[in-house]
Amino acid sequence: MTRDVKFFQAINEATDLCMARDPSVYLMGLHVPADPKGVFGTVSGLRKKYGPDRMMDMPTSENGMTGVAVGSALVGMRPIMVHQRIEFALLAVEQIINQAANWHYMFGGCDAMPLVLRLIIGRGWGQGPQHSQSLQAMFAHIPGLKVVMPATPHDAKGLLIAAVEDNNPVIYLEHRWLHNIFGPVPEGHYTVPIGKARKARPGRDVTVVATSYMVLESLRAADLLARDGIEAEVVDVRTLRPLDTEYILESVTRTGRVVAVDGAWRSVGFAAEILALVAERIYGALKAAPKRVTFPDLPSPSTPALAQHFYPRAVHIVNEVRTMLGLKEVTEEQLGIQHESPLDVPDKAFTGPF
Amino acid sequence: MNPAMARDLYIRMLRIRLVEEKIAELYPEQQMRCPVHLSVGQEAVAAGVCAAVGSEDYAVSSHRSHAHYLAKGGDLRAMMAELYGRVTGCCKGKGGSMHLIDRSVGFLGAVPIVGSTIPIGVGAAFGTFLRKERRVTVVFLGDGATEEGVFHEAVNFAVLRQLPVVFVCENNFFSVYSSLAVRQPSTREIYELARGYGLESRQGDGNDVEAVYGLAKAAVHRARTGGGPTFLEFKTYRWREHCGPHYDNHLGYRSEQEFEEWKRRCPIARLKQRLLQQGVETQQDLDKLEATLADEVEEAVAFAKASPFPELQLLGEHLYAP
Repeated sequence: MTRDVKFFQAINEATDLCMARDPSVYLMGLHVPADPKGVFGTVSGLRKKYGPDRMMDMPTSENGMTGVAVGSALVGMRPIMVHQRIEFALLAVEQIINQAANWHYMFGGCDAMPLVLRLIIGRGWGQGPQHSQSLQAMFAHIPGLKVVMPATPHDAKGLLIAAVEDNNPVIYLEHRWLHNIFGPVPEGHYTVPIGKARKARPGRDVTVVATSYMVLESLRAADLLARDGIEAEVVDVRTLRPLDTEYILESVTRTGRVVAVDGAWRSVGFAAEILALVAERIYGALKAAPKRVTFPDLPSPSTPALAQHFYPRAVHIVNEVRTMLGLKEVTEEQLGIQHESPLDVPDKAFTGPF
Repeated sequence: MNPAMARDLYIRMLRIRLVEEKIAELYPEQQMRCPVHLSVGQEAVAAGVCAAVGSEDYAVSSHRSHAHYLAKGGDLRAMMAELYGRVTGCCKGKGGSMHLIDRSVGFLGAVPIVGSTIPIGVGAAFGTFLRKERRVTVVFLGDGATEEGVFHEAVNFAVLRQLPVVFVCENNFFSVYSSLAVRQPSTREIYELARGYGLESRQGDGNDVEAVYGLAKAAVHRARTGGGPTFLEFKTYRWREHCGPHYDNHLGYRSEQEFEEWKRRCPIARLKQRLLQQGVETQQDLDKLEATLADEVEEAVAFAKASPFPELQLLGEHLYAP
């Protein structure tokens, strides 16, 4: 049966289900059992059910403990490691990139590496340069890793189950601003296959290829564009590596236009990869130069006064599409957009801090 | 020590020596097209420790891993073929000398990033703990690795959870060309540093294989019976250059005199002398033994050289595990 649950509950359900089905699954993260908020609710209640060895707190040793996860995976365990901000995983890139990503290949296929890293991307309430970076392109650059970014509660659950059941290291990137969105989620076990994109909205005039939270902004943009009779197709990438290239190319071939929307830096980024893919493979199908909507190539500032200009919103996507179609740019005022809450929080219920 | 055990230790050491010297001899042919970090002079630590564990136990190592792999029982032919880049190698040619593995004897892998396998070994031990198995994991590391943050992180966790790990530090005084004197305070011994983490920590003569075996046996027993991890530091010496087949004393980072002193303490010659003096073996027995081992090494080299290279199709394989 399908019912509406929040994104964080979908993650919690997936974890619960994986641990109940397979005794080799365990989870570790700093403060996991001690955090009264249960890592934004994603692990609440699970320690009581599975005990401190399977819902495990850990020393403040990100690199060492990632190595511990890797080693345990080599002898039959299936670890899930959680970092409350993606930045903490940077302390462990040695283990993630040199070891976990390479292991299966460099040892000629001797071993599997079933490891899930849940990395939470922060944003807003002044979290600033070291608590709100988006590093998906860095991980998606590495052969041997799989990188997923769910944008709906349905995919949050299905992709996490798929990641835990996968025999390779999976980087599971969850955006803090998605944790409280509602959506239909089936009860029980199901998977969303890693490596498959999804059509979030059909359209004929332009393909908007988006990741994670920017799928929501893209859908808002598509609604606004539809008022003027412009039908934007929104493709939710879901898996950045291995990328569902044929799915993206099929859509862009049909519409002839593409805007890549990624909540991350512009240069050498994931949006750039989408544009390169399209330009290389289906140049002839394009009716307009491909465009991207991204963050500027700057660290993310803390103060809301600057942060509001750092993060692109629906209006920016709308204007890229309008420009592409030879239409004049519009303002949020002209579009009738009224922000219900300040731009540095995900919703009006939020009172800070994260 | 009983004669059979002494003979076992001798064979393990001599086999490593003969393999390493054969690699040094053949390396100039330029058919082994990968870096090699030879263990000549350091055989006693690998032999003594690995004789104290079984093939159900695990071991991990770093760049200088040939001795550990062989002492743990790793397949010699697969190792030689790996050095020659052949498809019959332990990594099908994809790893080379710095990535030896033989799961059939519990050798979980070696990697050249200093210190990286320390937490991986601790993680393997943690896995066996969670799975309620009675295996022991040996983590081989060098003196340089004790300067890596990850060493401290991993030892802390092993002590915290009282994991069945034996940390074996081969202190050969050099991180490539950098002596211990420029890297760690001279007033502090490595095993004393480790002891600060709250685990049993001992120091031994790394060129006395019987002493190594004795310390390792006690540590393995402690680990297997729930007594937690042990740190063992063995001072020893690498005879040849850090990476490659040559001697490099002429470079000046260490003295010829120092080298000669350590050479006089050759672990294999020392045990050989004892075996002969005690009448355990005759010179004839030992000559015969050496000839047999040398034949095995020759055969492994011939196997490697006769093996095919991997086909192109293997380039794209093993990106992901099925």
